Amino acid sequence: MSDARLSGPPAASRRRWSWTDPKLRSSVIQIVLALIMVWLVWSFYANATANLSRLGIASGFGFLDNRAGFAISQSLIPYNESMSYGRAFVVGLLNTLLVAFLGVILATLIGFVMGVARLSKNVVIKALASAYVEVTRNLPPLFQIMFWYLAVLSTLPGPRQSWGFGLQPLLGSIGSGLSAIGLGFLGNPLSGFAAGLSAPSVFVNNRGLVLPRPIFEDGSMAILYALVAAVVASVLIGLWAKKRREATGKPFPAFWTGLALIIVLPLAASYAVGNPVSIETPELRGFNFVGGVRVIPEFVSLLLALAIYTGGFIAEIVRSGILAVSKGQSEAAHSLGLRSGPTLRLVIIPQAMRVIVPPLTSQYLNLTKNSSLGVAVGYPDLFAVFAGTTLNQTGQAIEIIAVTMAVYLTISIVTSMIMGWYNKRVALVER
Amino acid sequence: MSDTTAPLSRPGVSPAQAFVSAALREPEPAPVSTRGPVLWVRQHLVGSVPQVLLTLFGIWLVYVTVPPLIKFFLIDAVWTGTSREACLPEKVGRPVGACWPFIWAKMDQLLYGFYPASERWRVNVVYALGAILLLPLLIQKLPGKRLNAIAFFGVFPVVAFVLLTGGNLDMQRFLVGSIGSIGFGDLFTSGGSVQGLRASFWIDFVVSTVIVTAIAFLVSRFVAGPEAGPAAAKATLSMLGLLGLIIFAMDIDLGLPQVETRLWGGLLVTLVIAVTGITVSLPFGILLALGRRSKLPLVKALSIIFIEFWRGVPLITVLFFATYMLPLFLPGRFTIDGLLRALVGVALFASAYMAEVVRGGLQAIPKGQYEGAMALGLRPGLMMRLVVLPQALKMVIPGIVNNFIGLFKDTTLVLIVSIFDLLGSMRAAFTDPSWASPTTLFTGFGFAGIIYFVFCFGMSRYSMALEKRLDRAQRH
Amino acid sequence: MKRILFAAVGLLSLAGAVNAATLDEVKARGAVNCGVSQGLPGFSSPNDKNEWSGLDVDFCRAIAAAIFNDPTKVKFSPLSAKDRFTALTSGAIDVLSRNTTWTMSRDTTLGFNFAGVIYYDGQGFLVRKAVGLKSAKELQGASICVQTGTSNELNVSDFFRANNMKNGEVIAFGTIDETVKAYESGRCDVFTADRSQLAAVRLKLTNAADHVILPETISKEPLGPLVRHGDDQWSDLVKWVYFALLNAEELGITQKNVEEQVNSQNPDVKRLLGTDGKYGEGIGLTADWVVRIVKATGNYGEIYDRNVGPATPLGIDRGLNNLWTKGGIQYGMPVR
Repeated sequence: MSDARLSGPPAASRRRWSWTDPKLRSSVIQIVLALIMVWLVWSFYANATANLSRLGIASGFGFLDNRAGFAISQSLIPYNESMSYGRAFVVGLLNTLLVAFLGVILATLIGFVMGVARLSKNVVIKALASAYVEVTRNLPPLFQIMFWYLAVLSTLPGPRQSWGFGLQPLLGSIGSGLSAIGLGFLGNPLSGFAAGLSAPSVFVNNRGLVLPRPIFEDGSMAILYALVAAVVASVLIGLWAKKRREATGKPFPAFWTGLALIIVLPLAASYAVGNPVSIETPELRGFNFVGGVRVIPEFVSLLLALAIYTGGFIAEIVRSGILAVSKGQSEAAHSLGLRSGPTLRLVIIPQAMRVIVPPLTSQYLNLTKNSSLGVAVGYPDLFAVFAGTTLNQTGQAIEIIAVTMAVYLTISIVTSMIMGWYNKRVALVER
Repeated sequence: MSDTTAPLSRPGVSPAQAFVSAALREPEPAPVSTRGPVLWVRQHLVGSVPQVLLTLFGIWLVYVTVPPLIKFFLIDAVWTGTSREACLPEKVGRPVGACWPFIWAKMDQLLYGFYPASERWRVNVVYALGAILLLPLLIQKLPGKRLNAIAFFGVFPVVAFVLLTGGNLDMQRFLVGSIGSIGFGDLFTSGGSVQGLRASFWIDFVVSTVIVTAIAFLVSRFVAGPEAGPAAAKATLSMLGLLGLIIFAMDIDLGLPQVETRLWGGLLVTLVIAVTGITVSLPFGILLALGRRSKLPLVKALSIIFIEFWRGVPLITVLFFATYMLPLFLPGRFTIDGLLRALVGVALFASAYMAEVVRGGLQAIPKGQYEGAMALGLRPGLMMRLVVLPQALKMVIPGIVNNFIGLFKDTTLVLIVSIFDLLGSMRAAFTDPSWASPTTLFTGFGFAGIIYFVFCFGMSRYSMALEKRLDRAQRH
Repeated sequence: MKRILFAAVGLLSLAGAVNAATLDEVKARGAVNCGVSQGLPGFSSPNDKNEWSGLDVDFCRAIAAAIFNDPTKVKFSPLSAKDRFTALTSGAIDVLSRNTTWTMSRDTTLGFNFAGVIYYDGQGFLVRKAVGLKSAKELQGASICVQTGTSNELNVSDFFRANNMKNGEVIAFGTIDETVKAYESGRCDVFTADRSQLAAVRLKLTNAADHVILPETISKEPLGPLVRHGDDQWSDLVKWVYFALLNAEELGITQKNVEEQVNSQNPDVKRLLGTDGKYGEGIGLTADWVVRIVKATGNYGEIYDRNVGPATPLGIDRGLNNLWTKGGIQYGMPVR
C-alpha cells in the first residue's frame, strides 16, 4: 500500500507475488495476526506459569471443595461457614440472579410508567417524569447505590425504634366487612388471618425490612392445589374469552374474573381445611428481630438504585418507541371509539414493542452487570463473594476471575437469547 | 363529501337516480379557540377527572420534594464554620440543613486528592489548558478544527502527562536492552538511577530505531517487492521518530518534582480517566469496528470475540482483571502503575462499546458509497478515510457522546480497586470524625451529585443540539 | 496498513523481562516500596500532608535506614485488606507491613514469607456502651461488621459456631472505613477486628466514650511484615531488621546512646553494631547497618512506645509484646 504504487507505472518488474494481489495480502495479514496472537497467548501462558510457580500459588479448581470459613449475610439456600467455596459460589450467584431478576421487573415497571408519563398531556406529570429521567440518567449508578445505602440508611432508626406497619387493622376490617355482608366463607379466614398478626408486623429499621413469614402446616397443600386450579381456570377462561371475542366481538372481563378466582379459591380452600397457614411475626428479642423474614438493607439499596437508574433509561426507550408509532395509528384507534387507555394498551404499545425490545435487552444486560456494584455496599453477590472474599483467601486470581467473567458472559448470552426469542415474536411479520 | 361529488358520468347509472345537492351546505361553526390560557389549562391540567387527580398528585409531589430540598440546601444550610460543631442542631439551636463548611474543608481533597499543595498549580494549568482547547472544539462555527483537534488529542495529553507526573521519566533500556542477552545491550548500561536525559537510553533508542527500520525495510522488500522497502522504512522511521519526540518530552528534566499517581485523587482522577478513556476509545473503537466488518475471517473473528467479550462482562471484573490478573501475565517483576492499570481496563472496555456505535454508522452507509469510491480507484484505506468514515462518524456522533457520558459515569467504579476518584474522595471524607454531623452525608452526596449531573447533563444537551443540527444538515 | 503492520512487528519485541534481585532494584530505585494500611492510627496512618507514622510505618523506615541511611527513602502504598496480597505478588511493593496476621495458608499457598511478629494481637469486639454487654458470649443474634479479606472474617464465624450462637449475621465490607462507617451508622451492633485495631478505631469514632471493647480475645493474631517467595536475600534482610530492633532493645541500645554504644566492649553489642565481624554483609549491607537503623527509628521498645504505648492516645500496654526478658514473648535471634 505504498504511495509509490499509486503514482508510479504498474511496476515494470511485476512479480507473480505482488502485494496488490488481495488474496496474498489478506493471507499475509492473517498469518501475521495469527502469529501475534500465538505469541501473545504463549507469552501470557509462559509468564503465568512462571509467576505462579515462583510464588508457589496453587492452580486448578480443587479449591472449590475446600472449606470456605466465612459467613455470608444473605443466602437463598442453606449455607454456613463450614461449607465449601463451591457452595459459596452458588450462594453468590443466586444472590446476583435474585437482584438482577427483581431489578429487571421493577425497572421495567418504573420505565413504562415514566415513559408513558413523559408523553402525558398533563404538563405537571410530564415535567415530573422528565425531571426523574434527567436526574437518574445523569448520576452514576455507583453514586446512587451509595446514596441509598449511606445517606438514606443513616436516617432510619435502630431495631428498638423501628417504624412498624401493621396489616392487622386493614385486613381485619376488610374481613369483618365481608362477613357482615354475608360472605362469611371469605371474611372469616381473612379475619382469622389478621388476628394471627400481632400489630404491627412489618418493620423498617437500619437492619433492613422485617416481614412476617407464613408457616405452612398440614393441609396447606389444599391451598396450593386451589391456587393451581385457579390459575389453570383463569388461563382457560382467558383463552375462551379471546375465542369468543374473535368469533362474536363480545368482550368478557377475563382478567378480573381470573384475578378474583386466584384470590377467592385459595382462601376458600384454606377455610375448608381449617386455616392451616399461620403467620410467624417478627419479634424484637436481644439485638434484632427474631422470626419473620428480613430483607437486608444492602439488598434493598442495591435493588432500588438499580431499578431507579435503569428505569430512567427504559423510560426513554419506551418514549421513543411510542413516538415511533405513527400518529395515524392512535387516530384510527380513537375513531374506532377506543378510549386513550385501551388505545395505548391494545394499539400503541404492541407496535412500539418492536422498537423497544432490542434496546430494552441491552438495558437488562446493563442492569445485570451493574448488580456487581453491590460489592461497594457489602451486598454478597457473585462478585463480592467469589471475586472478592474467595479470591482473597485462595489467591487463585486466574481461575476465579475467569469463572466470574464466564458467568457474567453466560448470563448476558442467555438474556440476549430470551429477548431475541421475544423480539421475534413481537417483530412485524412480513410476507 | 360524497353527496356533492356524485358519480354523474359513471356509465350505466342514470343521472336521474343520482343525488345532486341543490345548495351549498351550512358551514359548521368555527371550533372554539384552540389557543389561549383557559383552553391550555383545560387540555393540559383539568380535562377529565383522572386528569384532575393526576394534576393534584403531581402538585403534591412537587410540594413534598422541592420546598424541602430548597430549605435543606439553601435556607437552613450552614455556610461557615470550622468543624462539626457548626453543623450540629443542638449547638446551633435551629434545624440545620446542608453543612457546606464540610465541603469547603474537603475541597482540596475533592479536587486534587493528596496532590502536594505546592504543586497544585500544575493541576490547575492542566484544567485550564484542557478547557481552553476543548471549548473551541465544541463550538462548530470556529475555524481551525483540524489544528485544534491535533492540539487537544495529540499535544494536550503529552503536556498534561508531563505536568501532572513531573515528566523526567526513569527510562529503562529500550529494545537493545531487552535483547541484551545477545550481547550488545550491556554496552550502554549505566548503573544507578540517572535523572534527566540519559545518554544510554537515547543511544539505545537510536540503535533500536535503526534495527527496527532495517527489519521493516527488509521484510517489506522481501514480501512486497523492491519499491515497498523504502516506503515501509520511511513509515517506521516516522513512527519511531514521533515516539522518540513524545518520550523526549516526557524524559527531559523540567525541574518539576515528581508526583506519584497514588497521590492523585478526586476530580483530577475522574477527569484523567474520563479523558484518557475518551481519547483512546475512539481510534481503537473505529479500528475494532472496521475489523468486525473486515472480509478477512481471522480479523473479523478476533474483533467479534474482543468486542463481545468486553461488552458481556461488568466493568469491575475488567478492572479486577487489570489489577489482579495482569501482573500474573506479565513477565517477572514487570510492574505497572495502579492508575495506569485502571486506565488500560477502562480504555479496553470503552473501545468495545465504541466499536459497536461506530459499526452502526458503518452499516448505515449505502453500498453505493463504497462502490463509488472503488470506481474512483481509491484503495481500501483511502476509501475508508476519505469517503466512508467521515460520513459514518458524523451519523453516530450522538451515540459517541452517549458513550462518553457512560464512560464518565463509569469512572466512579475505580474506587472498587482502591483508586480515589471524586466519589471515592467524598466517601473518604465522610469518615472524618471531626465533620460527623447528621447532614454531612446528604451535603456530600448533594455536592458530588451536582458535579456529576453538570458534566453528564451538559454532554447530553450538547449531543442533542448536535443531533438537531445534523438532522437539519441531512435534510438539505 | 501494511506499513503499520511491519512497524508493529518490530515494536512487539519490546516487552522484556528484567528479573533482578529485590535489594538491587530497591537500591537502583532509591526507595523502598512499602505497603501499609489506608489509615490505622498507631500502626500506619497519614496526616493531612500525607506524612505517614505508626509502628508498621517505622518498620519500613528502619529498612530504608538500613539500606540508605535515610529513613525517608520509603514510598508508602496505602492498601485495603483485600488488595494487599496482590500488591505484593505483583511487585508493586517490596514489603507489606500492614498489620497482617501470620497464618499458615498465607505463608505457604499464597506465596509469601513472614519476617517476624512485630505485634502480638488477638481479635476482640467493639460494642456500644448503651447496649450494656459484659461478655462476647452475650452476642447471640447480633449483627456483626467485619472487614473482608481478613483473618477476623474467618475467626468470627468459628467463634459463633463454637459457642452455638445463632441468628446473628456477619456483614463484610471492602475497607476498614466502610466497616467502621456501617458500625457507626447502626447497621451493626458489633465491630470486630484485632484488639489494637479496635483501640485505634474507637479513637476515630465521633464519641469514643460511647463504645467499649469486650474483654474476650477470640483468636491469636500475630501481626508481621511479609515479603514474596523467591528472593531469600531480601527475605533475610527484612527478617534481620526486625531482629536487630529487638536485639537493640535487649542490649539497651537506644536512639540517644547508639553513638556511645559503638565504643562498647560488650561482645554482643559489638557484633550487633558491626564493630566486631561483618554480619551486615550477609544481607547485602555494610557492617554498621544496625547503627543506621537505631539512629533513625530507635529500637523496638522506642518504636512501640512512640506509636501505641501507654503514653499515646491508643495507650496499649506492652503485654505479650514485651521482651522475653521482661515477661513478653518478643525474642530476637542472636547475631553471631
